[in-house]
Amino acid sequence: MIPGEMHSELGNPEPGAPLQARLSGLARLGDPLFYGLTLAAAASIMVVTGWLVYQLFAHSAQARHEFGWKFLISQDWDPVAGQFGALPFIFGTIVTSAVAILIAGPLGVGTAIFLAELAPRRLSSLLAFLVDLLAAVPSVIYGLLGIFLLVPLLSGTVVPAIQSVAGSLPIFSGKFYGVSVFSAGVVLVIMVVPFIVSISREVLLSVPVEQREASFALGSTHWETVWNVVLPNARRGIYASIFLTLARALGETMAVTMVIGNTPRISKSLFAPGYTISAVIANEFTEATDNLYLSALIELALVLFAITFVINGLARLAILATTQRHETHV
Amino acid sequence: MTRSKQVLILAVLAGTMAAGAGAGATAVTGAGATFPYPMYSKWFDTYHKIHPDIEINYQSIGSGGGIRQITEGTVDFGASDGPMNDTLIKAFKDKRGCNILHFPTVMGGVVPTYNVPGVREEIEFTPQTLAGIFLGTITMWNDPAIRKANPGTTLPASDIVVMHRSDGSGTTYIWTDYLSKVSKQWKDKVGVGTSVKWPVGLGGKGNEGVSGLVRQTPNSIGYVELIYAVQTKLPYGCVQNAAGKFIKADLKSVTAAAAGAATTMPDDFRVSITNAPGDDAYPIASFTWLLVPDQIEDSAKRQAIVDFLKWMLGDGQKMTGALEYAPLPKEVVEKELQAIEKIRG
Amino acid sequence: MFRLMRRRMTSAVMFAMTGICTVVVIGALFFILGYLFWKGGRYVNWDFFTKLPAPVGEAGGGMANAIIGSAKLLLLATLIGMPIGFLGGVYLAEYGGKTFPFMVRYVTDLLNGVPSIVIGIFAYTVVVLKVRHFSAWAGGFALGIMMIPIALRSTEEFLRQVPNGLREAALALGAARWQMILTVVVPAALRGIVAGMMLDVARVAGETAPLLFTSFGNRFWSEGFDKPTASLPVMIFNYAIGPYEDWHRQAWAAGFVLLAMVFMFNVTARLLVSWRRH
Repeated sequence: MIPGEMHSELGNPEPGAPLQARLSGLARLGDPLFYGLTLAAAASIMVVTGWLVYQLFAHSAQARHEFGWKFLISQDWDPVAGQFGALPFIFGTIVTSAVAILIAGPLGVGTAIFLAELAPRRLSSLLAFLVDLLAAVPSVIYGLLGIFLLVPLLSGTVVPAIQSVAGSLPIFSGKFYGVSVFSAGVVLVIMVVPFIVSISREVLLSVPVEQREASFALGSTHWETVWNVVLPNARRGIYASIFLTLARALGETMAVTMVIGNTPRISKSLFAPGYTISAVIANEFTEATDNLYLSALIELALVLFAITFVINGLARLAILATTQRHETHV
Repeated sequence: MTRSKQVLILAVLAGTMAAGAGAGATAVTGAGATFPYPMYSKWFDTYHKIHPDIEINYQSIGSGGGIRQITEGTVDFGASDGPMNDTLIKAFKDKRGCNILHFPTVMGGVVPTYNVPGVREEIEFTPQTLAGIFLGTITMWNDPAIRKANPGTTLPASDIVVMHRSDGSGTTYIWTDYLSKVSKQWKDKVGVGTSVKWPVGLGGKGNEGVSGLVRQTPNSIGYVELIYAVQTKLPYGCVQNAAGKFIKADLKSVTAAAAGAATTMPDDFRVSITNAPGDDAYPIASFTWLLVPDQIEDSAKRQAIVDFLKWMLGDGQKMTGALEYAPLPKEVVEKELQAIEKIRG
Repeated sequence: MFRLMRRRMTSAVMFAMTGICTVVVIGALFFILGYLFWKGGRYVNWDFFTKLPAPVGEAGGGMANAIIGSAKLLLLATLIGMPIGFLGGVYLAEYGGKTFPFMVRYVTDLLNGVPSIVIGIFAYTVVVLKVRHFSAWAGGFALGIMMIPIALRSTEEFLRQVPNGLREAALALGAARWQMILTVVVPAALRGIVAGMMLDVARVAGETAPLLFTSFGNRFWSEGFDKPTASLPVMIFNYAIGPYEDWHRQAWAAGFVLLAMVFMFNVTARLLVSWRRH
């Protein structure tokens, strides 16, 4: 819709026309201004991100020329010898984020449904409010909580339980030292769940009440209403919250590095230690003084950007493919 | 916007703008090593009490960070647990147009900490056993080499779980520097650095990461700074020095390690004292340095830094023992006082 | 009859499962908040809010400069991130189109995925290196960039939830486009938008990595916005990795205070929103 189009019917007020008509003329001047303002804001995001990517590209030049595509498939990360390969970090990043989303997604949406549909309004608001607070806990503290609380809990109870039932499966095999890809995934779950819960709950609450009542009037049970009417209505918002969450999981640094074991190795087991791109950058950037080393770390950041790009793309394709509504935006 | 909201916002803005005493004070910024952070923060706070018009703000962002920031000129001085190598010194000169000076401040040690259930005695490590454990060639606690060094102790037949630092750090630099000196295999395979490619083991972030992992993992071994081990009451073992004696790290043994270096100290103070000679010397010890440009334009800052350095070499050294850092040998102090004269405008 | 019973059972079972999800999440929440209070809240005293950090080995002291510093940084971040995010979200929701909005959304999600330390490095290159010193401006800039994605996406989503009927009614009454958006649509979506903003501020309040190379840190007071500035997350980071028990206590206390600050900000904002309606 072109700004201004809607008002052509109102015509132009003549000079000497009543105050209201003149004011609406002035008001209409606001339209292109406002449009321009919002467009500028949206465009500025493209500019900033483009600038950021450019910086990443420029500062990783040395490493890119040195290693070429080998960077992506090499498993050798040796700062002393000047050999750098990204594969273990790519692997760790993808696995921890996958674990995080697969658990946090249903958990968060389930909680949001409960809070939006079943809980009494006051309780729901209060709990949502408190859940938001979780988002403010500094990453470092999540890391400390991870080491002091989560790791003992996992080694003492959760992991032995899983291993006694499914220990023969390769992904649950191996000795568990507390710090692992799985532990990092769980910490990420706690860190990202508040976003999913908070946004999904608000989105569910804004589904117009008429939709629900229509569904009930047709004889649906509460759950059927939620599943067939409310959720589809809220789908966009929930997907948005999951995208935001996925991004956060991919880029999380402090908490992950404290519980993942920081070992650049690819293992088939979830219970083995690993390493993510964000964690290695956070760990080694402050100490790296050698130019090749620095540029290799920046190249890792560029690789992460590319991974985020691809995952976002795949997720959007999946959503478009499974949605018939022609109006869906992703 | 409601009236009360406006007032609130104005109040907050006013508060944030106003919050700041220290108008007229000389503000000096420094960045770098985490290893001496407790000592430095004590020094700078004490110095501020003595000279309220001088505020020295030091942040421990890591030795590498310190080197980078001083080269870029975003801070007035840097600090590093490992001396700058020739490439870095040249880079500094190219970028800033003057030379960088190294000033040793204190010494500290790195100790092997472990968690072996059932073993109450101190474990004694030879250079070969330490290198072997961290290389992954020695895998069990009851390995013959370890048992030989600990005749009276019953060691379990368990796998050794190795913990190391994941974040780049001066502590790792000192540890790997020592291992490179005592083990050719380590030197060839891994080398020295603030971050290295560890043959075995899990990575913990920071001293507390490593000590936390060691504490929670039976049959594990890691390395941490001496003061960290002392403050958090971690058990740590003795290491055999170049003279063949098993030494437990403490102020005396760390100071002894520097004694040999004192007389042969190079003019630029860049020296490694790991595996130092001497009967009482603790083998895994090191200086830590302040990095100061020899040309500082701002005369107030220059004077502040020069005065601080002189104070640090005098009264400052008397405060080190209380925090478990070893003070500098007298000869080194003398030499540094002379070197301070090199700082010009 | 059976079918109805089965459907009702399904409903009950599914809701029970959502109840379990809620118990898990809320349980973790209370546990964490409680732990934080127990470990840190106990040590918060008046000194904490009024004194500068004490030297090592001396008890007492506080984080007054870090509290003010964090407030300054969040203020800057909000002034940068919120308007851009909000206006960008308005553009995407109200001014339609297919390709450009698709690109903007995509890029915004990408920006959200950039590790916070990389944003810090970016802000360092762009701000700190240009003026050769650390400052609150640089820190606020880094945090502001981090705020944009959530602000934009949540604004857009909640604006889209507003039924078109409202828009058409406003236009039919003669409102200009921008009047319709600002005086009718936005207020209708305000609760959700504010919720998104609160989440945004909360997330950014706890970030440490982007501040290490931008606002840097300070043991002393910093006037204005052009000097290195102390902040709670950086203090927590420094103290948590130190060897002293006293430092650890202060780190937890700082974590608790940070949470309390965000809490109060949250409460204030929501109260203001709900007052508007009456």
